[in-house]
Amino acid sequence: MEFFRIKRDIPFMRYALIFNVISLITFLISVGSLAVRGLNLGVDFTGGTVMEVAYAQAADLGKIRESMARLGFSDASVQNFGTSRDVLIRLPVKQGVTSAKLSEQVMEALRKDDARVEVRRVEFVGPQVGRELFEAGALALLFVSLGIVGYLALRFEWKFGVAAIIANLHDVVIIVGFFSLFQWEFSLPVLAAVLAILGYSVNESVVVFDRVRETFRNRKLRNLTVPQVLDHAITATMSRTIITHGSTQTMVCAMLIFGGETLFYFALALTIGILFGIYSSVLVASPIVMYLGVSREDLARPEVQKKPGESGAVV
Amino acid sequence: MNRYSLWQYVMIAAALVVGLVYTLPNFFGEVPAVQVQPQRATLKSDSTLLGRVEDILKKGNIAPNGLFLDAASVKARFPDTDTQLKAKDLLQSQLGEDYVVALNLLSNSPRWLASIGALPMYLGLDLRGGVYFLLQVDMKAAIAKKLEATLNDVRSNLREKRVQYSGVAREGQAIAVRFREQPMREKGLQEISRTLPDLDLRTVDDSGEFRIVATLKPEAQKKTQDFALQQNITTLRNRVNELGVAEPIIQQQGADRVVVQLPGVQDTAKAKDILGRTATLEVRMVDDEATNNPAAIQAAVAGQVPFGDELYVERGGAPVLVKKQVVLTGDRINDAQPGFDNQTGEPAVHINLDGTGARIFQQVTRENVGKRMAILLFEKGKGEVVTAPVIRSEIPGGRVQISGRMTTQEAQDVALLLRAGALAAPMEIIEERTVGPSLGAENIRIGFQSTWYGFAAIAVFMIAYYMLFGVFSIIALTANVLFLVALLSMLQATLTLPGMAGIALTIGMAIDANVLINERVREELRGGNTPQAAIFAGYDRAWGTILDSNITTLIAGVFLFLLGSGPVKGFAVVLCLGILTSIFSAVMVSRAMVNLYYGTQRRIEKVSIGQVWRPQAAAK
Repeated sequence: MEFFRIKRDIPFMRYALIFNVISLITFLISVGSLAVRGLNLGVDFTGGTVMEVAYAQAADLGKIRESMARLGFSDASVQNFGTSRDVLIRLPVKQGVTSAKLSEQVMEALRKDDARVEVRRVEFVGPQVGRELFEAGALALLFVSLGIVGYLALRFEWKFGVAAIIANLHDVVIIVGFFSLFQWEFSLPVLAAVLAILGYSVNESVVVFDRVRETFRNRKLRNLTVPQVLDHAITATMSRTIITHGSTQTMVCAMLIFGGETLFYFALALTIGILFGIYSSVLVASPIVMYLGVSREDLARPEVQKKPGESGAVV
Repeated sequence: MNRYSLWQYVMIAAALVVGLVYTLPNFFGEVPAVQVQPQRATLKSDSTLLGRVEDILKKGNIAPNGLFLDAASVKARFPDTDTQLKAKDLLQSQLGEDYVVALNLLSNSPRWLASIGALPMYLGLDLRGGVYFLLQVDMKAAIAKKLEATLNDVRSNLREKRVQYSGVAREGQAIAVRFREQPMREKGLQEISRTLPDLDLRTVDDSGEFRIVATLKPEAQKKTQDFALQQNITTLRNRVNELGVAEPIIQQQGADRVVVQLPGVQDTAKAKDILGRTATLEVRMVDDEATNNPAAIQAAVAGQVPFGDELYVERGGAPVLVKKQVVLTGDRINDAQPGFDNQTGEPAVHINLDGTGARIFQQVTRENVGKRMAILLFEKGKGEVVTAPVIRSEIPGGRVQISGRMTTQEAQDVALLLRAGALAAPMEIIEERTVGPSLGAENIRIGFQSTWYGFAAIAVFMIAYYMLFGVFSIIALTANVLFLVALLSMLQATLTLPGMAGIALTIGMAIDANVLINERVREELRGGNTPQAAIFAGYDRAWGTILDSNITTLIAGVFLFLLGSGPVKGFAVVLCLGILTSIFSAVMVSRAMVNLYYGTQRRIEKVSIGQVWRPQAAAK
């Protein structure tokens, strides 16, 4: 079986400008959505209480909302969570009430309505802890980016490091933009998925750059221009890119199908990352490298310097 | 070419065996068990305890599946949860309050595995069910208490040395002593700096008054904070023991936080209640006439307690009649330390009271010289007389010494109890995560299913696309998962639901290395290379790329680990370990198989790597 019967190098770089324009548009849409609608931050970052309760039969959300209002939480969010019997109750941070008391109060109120309600999960995050987790997440993002740029600058050359990070941060912005556009819940596991994607996505760029380096050093191909070198590298690694992403996506699909509600947004973030990762690492990173003016000399092996006095044979 | 030396094969084989052995415990499942732990420091978990437990169970006609002695407890396994519950009730009632009998789920793996350190993975709370609390100690309050105590000391000091001052008061985080005349202040300065070295002293001249402003030195502040944290941790530990939770975790986190993890706890309301509760301490006067009258005592024990009194038991069993009126409450006690009597050298307990407490205490002792005073500890609503000393003289200054009729061990116990009654500083729950047991089991199922089905799908594809090389890749992938699970079990790293997702993700990413290698070999064959050379070149060229790409993901994993918490940390751990194992297995293990199969053949007709499509044939 061979899916990729490619006879010639596909001239990607000819369309570099179009790709960049598309990237820019999607980037702007994401940023715009973030600015206008913001993120639906989960309890992990805002602080507050989340309770997952299960009933023996379909839950009466209206009644639950009434009970919450009676307790003083008229702005509680009550939703179904997966099946009609599972309910997710979200309560914002209330000054002066510790969660210890809060969840007990809620459970009592719920039990009064239906004695067979079962608490499956309670999460309370105090506001300062929420803030800390948010800051830690932002810091993690920063450090991972810097770390990756540094490593790539070491292994290849700084232009590659910068190009890879721009391309992959573009990925991150797209994922976050999706979450903002559709107001999906952005929780701590989703942040973890985003960071994992950042690392994984750079993989792609590395594979292509590695090929670029090899092509530059290949004597047989030394008359290729820089865009042609990039085209060759991308085309040669195309099969590997698609197959790997396909495999990873298969695993993530299994998570989407079997993972239930808990892993859903986590798997969703991974899916977006994997799909856009192909695009960004290949069709965004390479044009940027090209614009930054990469040349054969950047990656050439250090030549042996001839001493000025000796020009030829010496008796 | 394409050969591994013998030691390389041996190393890989050894790694596989080790991986298998350390993964095994995970497959044995868990059985209901009961864990018996002694409560007091004086009691030990030893063979006598083992014998006792065995006897009790035998008499109750309960046969355990296994009974053994651990470092800190005696554990017994049972065939089902009903027997487990019966055993627990029986043991608790027979052994009494000195032991905690807890329900537990023990791994069913054979003992010989455990003896070499092969344990099943440590499941996080979201897979096991349980409660997680993050408590914050109010350090300001701790310092305030210390300042109160210091205030007392300053006052009594100056009075003793007859240094005249016009006032001592607390001002925020400092103590200000006011003097009317300068020479008095100088004397005061000398005295305080001599007796209280923990203070930083500053002189302030302010509108005709001469003042000393004293603040706690930074080291002293830190010491107070550390002490407050440690004491709170000790108190928490005692209380958690009461809950009868097996394997609780109580740890310091940072400078002022405590993590409490209670796996398997069902009744979270009770847990929160006990953790937040204060054992109260009360000081009351003993009704001496009644207590010294044996007839009255007998009547009281029988049920007739004199009006205005309550009956309590001393440590040692003697009944004491104590007046109902409370003289002093426990929150007035700043500190209690075991020590030795100043004059007689006997074991004693030194207690520090705060300002108000000191004043009340002085008054009470002044009015009741020769009478007995009782210090009561109330826990779970029941009270016990910790100690009931005779008041010998008026005690000013809030420094109390209780001595006589106690051994050093008893002095330590009493001091501990007095401290347990008063938390060093208030604590607040700032984060709480509770997972019910049913959700825990479901999460395991979810994680397992996604991993398994995804793996199966990838395996089918790889074998269909890459034929024999695909088979080698999948075997390498299996080895990868094996190593990962073994490593997680060995390190006893916490496995959470995101962690299981991490395993799934690692599988998806690990396949990348093998795809790189296989594609490269195909390319070499396409280019016209001989089979042996193609295989060699494939592995060789792919290695650099594999290293680079995995290291970048590793960077992400490491920072996630450092900056993440809870379930996310579990994910990061799996990610990092998974990358390491996948580098090893994708390259070495798969290459070993290829070398074994192809390396030894003298000439290869065709490499079973699926179709190697050649463009020249089509172009012609």
